[in-house]
Amino acid sequence: MTTYADYTTGEPVADTKAPAGPVNERWDTRRFEAKLVNPANRRKQTVIVVGTGLAGGSAGATLAEQGYRVVQFCYQDSPRRAHSIAAQGGINAAKNYRNDGDSIHRLFYDTVKGGDFRSRESNVHRLAQISVEIIDQCVAQGVPFAREYGGLLDTRSFGGVQVSRTFYARGQTGQQLLLGAYQALSRQIAAGGIEMHPRTEMLDLIVVDGRARGIVARDLITGKIGTYFADAVVLASGGYGNVFYLSTNAMNSNATAVWRAHRRGAYFANPCFTQIHPTCIPRTGDHQSKLTLMSESLRNDGRIWVPKAKGDDRPPNKIPEDERDYYLERIYPSFGNLVPRDIASRAAKNVCDEGRGVGPGGQGVYLDFADAIKRMGREAVEAKYGNLFDMYQRITDEDPYKVPMRIYPAVHYTMGGLWVDYDLQTTIPGLFAIGEANFSDHGANRLGASALMQGLADGYFVLPATINDYLARNPHKDEVDDAHPVVQEVLAETEDRLNLLLSVDGDRTPDSFHRELGELMWEFCGMARTDSGLRKALERIPQIREEFWRRIKVPGTGEEFNQSLEKANRIVDYLELAELMCLDALHRAESCGGHFREESQTPDGEAARKDDEFGYAAAWEFTGTGEAPTLHKEDLVFEYVHPTQRSYA
Amino acid sequence: MKLTLRVWRQKNADAEGAMSTYEVDGISPDMSFLEMLDTLNEELILEGEEPVAFDHDCREGICGACSLVINGDAHGPERTTTCQLHMRSFEDGDTIDVEPWRAAAFPVVKDLVVDRSAFDRIIQAGGYITAPTGAAPEAHATPVPKPDADFAFEHAECIGCGACVAACPNGAAMLFTSAKVNHLNVLPQGAPERETRVLDMVAQMDDEGFGGCTLAGECATACPKGIPLVSITSMNKEWLRATRKAAKR
Repeated sequence: MTTYADYTTGEPVADTKAPAGPVNERWDTRRFEAKLVNPANRRKQTVIVVGTGLAGGSAGATLAEQGYRVVQFCYQDSPRRAHSIAAQGGINAAKNYRNDGDSIHRLFYDTVKGGDFRSRESNVHRLAQISVEIIDQCVAQGVPFAREYGGLLDTRSFGGVQVSRTFYARGQTGQQLLLGAYQALSRQIAAGGIEMHPRTEMLDLIVVDGRARGIVARDLITGKIGTYFADAVVLASGGYGNVFYLSTNAMNSNATAVWRAHRRGAYFANPCFTQIHPTCIPRTGDHQSKLTLMSESLRNDGRIWVPKAKGDDRPPNKIPEDERDYYLERIYPSFGNLVPRDIASRAAKNVCDEGRGVGPGGQGVYLDFADAIKRMGREAVEAKYGNLFDMYQRITDEDPYKVPMRIYPAVHYTMGGLWVDYDLQTTIPGLFAIGEANFSDHGANRLGASALMQGLADGYFVLPATINDYLARNPHKDEVDDAHPVVQEVLAETEDRLNLLLSVDGDRTPDSFHRELGELMWEFCGMARTDSGLRKALERIPQIREEFWRRIKVPGTGEEFNQSLEKANRIVDYLELAELMCLDALHRAESCGGHFREESQTPDGEAARKDDEFGYAAAWEFTGTGEAPTLHKEDLVFEYVHPTQRSYA
Repeated sequence: MKLTLRVWRQKNADAEGAMSTYEVDGISPDMSFLEMLDTLNEELILEGEEPVAFDHDCREGICGACSLVINGDAHGPERTTTCQLHMRSFEDGDTIDVEPWRAAAFPVVKDLVVDRSAFDRIIQAGGYITAPTGAAPEAHATPVPKPDADFAFEHAECIGCGACVAACPNGAAMLFTSAKVNHLNVLPQGAPERETRVLDMVAQMDDEGFGGCTLAGECATACPKGIPLVSITSMNKEWLRATRKAAKR
């Protein structure tokens, strides 16, 4: 009998695809060494792409341009609605248009350091190199980036970085980049290069003779479960932040594609590396279905505070200056309100845990613009932040020009994901993972404006080059079809799972389980984690899972449009993934980036890394539901950026 | 708050639909309209009834999935998306009608969910700039005057929700189509395909069964992103220009 905190340690895992040599030559070397596929042969090879966000959309379009047959899927009614669309801030690129000392090496350095030395140097350097080409590509597609009066592109600085390298399109950069990729995709759909399946959700992966050969997917309108076959499968299905129920992710973003691939043999790396964003609008009650992010740029001019006294429930304007605690300015005098995301989030949690939080349930802190309005005038504040203030007012019905905003941290991004090598290939040959679905570039913490950069780098430039090598070495030979025993088995398992969900007919709704799991994860695997808390969660999750299969109620049938069935099936996977996240967080007895273990902190309360013990990426192998997984360590070597302790005091 | 909802229920595309009445209680004014429907659905599931199907995803007003006609207005009484509409816009005791988008080119899939794939096909007909990956020149090689860049951005803001079609008495898709035509046609990068783009997209729009435009202006009033009515005029100008040019050839 295994206990919940058990795991075994297996052979180390290594990235065998990154070439040796100077870091700035590795990508060129790899591109040259990767085998090519003759254009005439590309027509015969099929690639499945799951997801149509920045990574999937750009990959599908580019692979089709190269001449491959692409079969692409998204659960939304249109590929244009993938959640990349909601990214606000911008996209980083080392263009150095400002002549302010930026360079590819500096972007590389900032990203490795920002990731708290838990990412791979080879991957991050490639990302920095490609960043430059991404901007060119997007401008050519007609992405309307912000421009100056001379007609050239405007940039701004972001997230504590000292150069101005973030390109943006007002507060809707993600939308504009995604529509660019969607339009490129649409062009290929019209040209016949892509067979697009909207409202179709991947439910499992088909692995034949050790290679990824297809997927099982459900048509969400008819409920029909179908099989799709290919020579390679690309997962671009995004992150797993919705494990927490409340997050800034879209309601239907889910982990099923990556989790099912994990169950079929793909290692899952660093699942405990999740990013919590400090400036979100607090929840208003139990009915809350999702959380809304407010751009981090608000911290440039807003001052964060809570009352000094516990339980002080006077309205903010009635609390005199000397009874307020501007805690970030007090604890971090030199960075003040501009400390990195993880530090700002944890500090907010601490003051709320002390009973000094504000608003409903005491889960909020003030972000006050009174001083900024006094200093700059209301008009200047309006010009800078008007759209954010409007958004805040629409949601909360409070006027932030008069009353301080209330903010609270929320789950925003997951740095962990499927383990991939330099080619973005998982441990299953022929299965690739790109964008937020993989783990490779952000280490333990992602910098602002880097998610869009990684999604597009992977989709437009990296995958289209590396997948050639795999397809050239594995030319199309034998067809797989529904009659194959492996396919029969995967199909039967999928159908059984859905039928079981429909047949339990219990007394609890899917959402009630999702909410319960989310609260547990937020409490014990959220902003601050402890050995005892994680053990509690690991004891509780299997119990929730057992209760789920006893008491779940899913109305309707599987042969129709059934949103309750979709939800319930996603929760099945969250209930397993959550356990791995807690186990990973428990085993990593150090603090780094977004992963803060209370036992591992410096005397002044900062995250204390343990590089000797934990200077590796943790890649987990699935051994069975509720069984002890196997840990494979990938050693991280730093030749160019040497690990240092972060300090923001 | 206590509310009476009259909701369009339709089992599938082929079934007959009808309005069904439900009572909901304990609604907080801070809830979004969709959270209010979540509450109803939780109750329906426990009663063994099928919950009301509706499209939604980001719930922050940008993905364009949510699409409800509320008391006869696309996205309801405020100028925003349904997901950003809050219950404080209603009074305790109100009766609220909730219907799907109504347009010949948007057939109902189930309850409040419609099929908007016609929009995707309009984009596929020409709503892009041909710029294969890797073929791009240096971004600063072609400066774009700021007013043109701003004009492009204002039109590129369209979220493809379809409120313009739902609000139009003719079920026309002119505002949606013109937003994309104007976004791309004003940019130097979009110039080579300027004529084919507008001709092909308008032809596709007509093929999909959208109605004709009589400049009623309901589309621009309902648009949650504020795409202006003059957008249609600009597209008509582009279309005439392209048609004349094609005739000369």
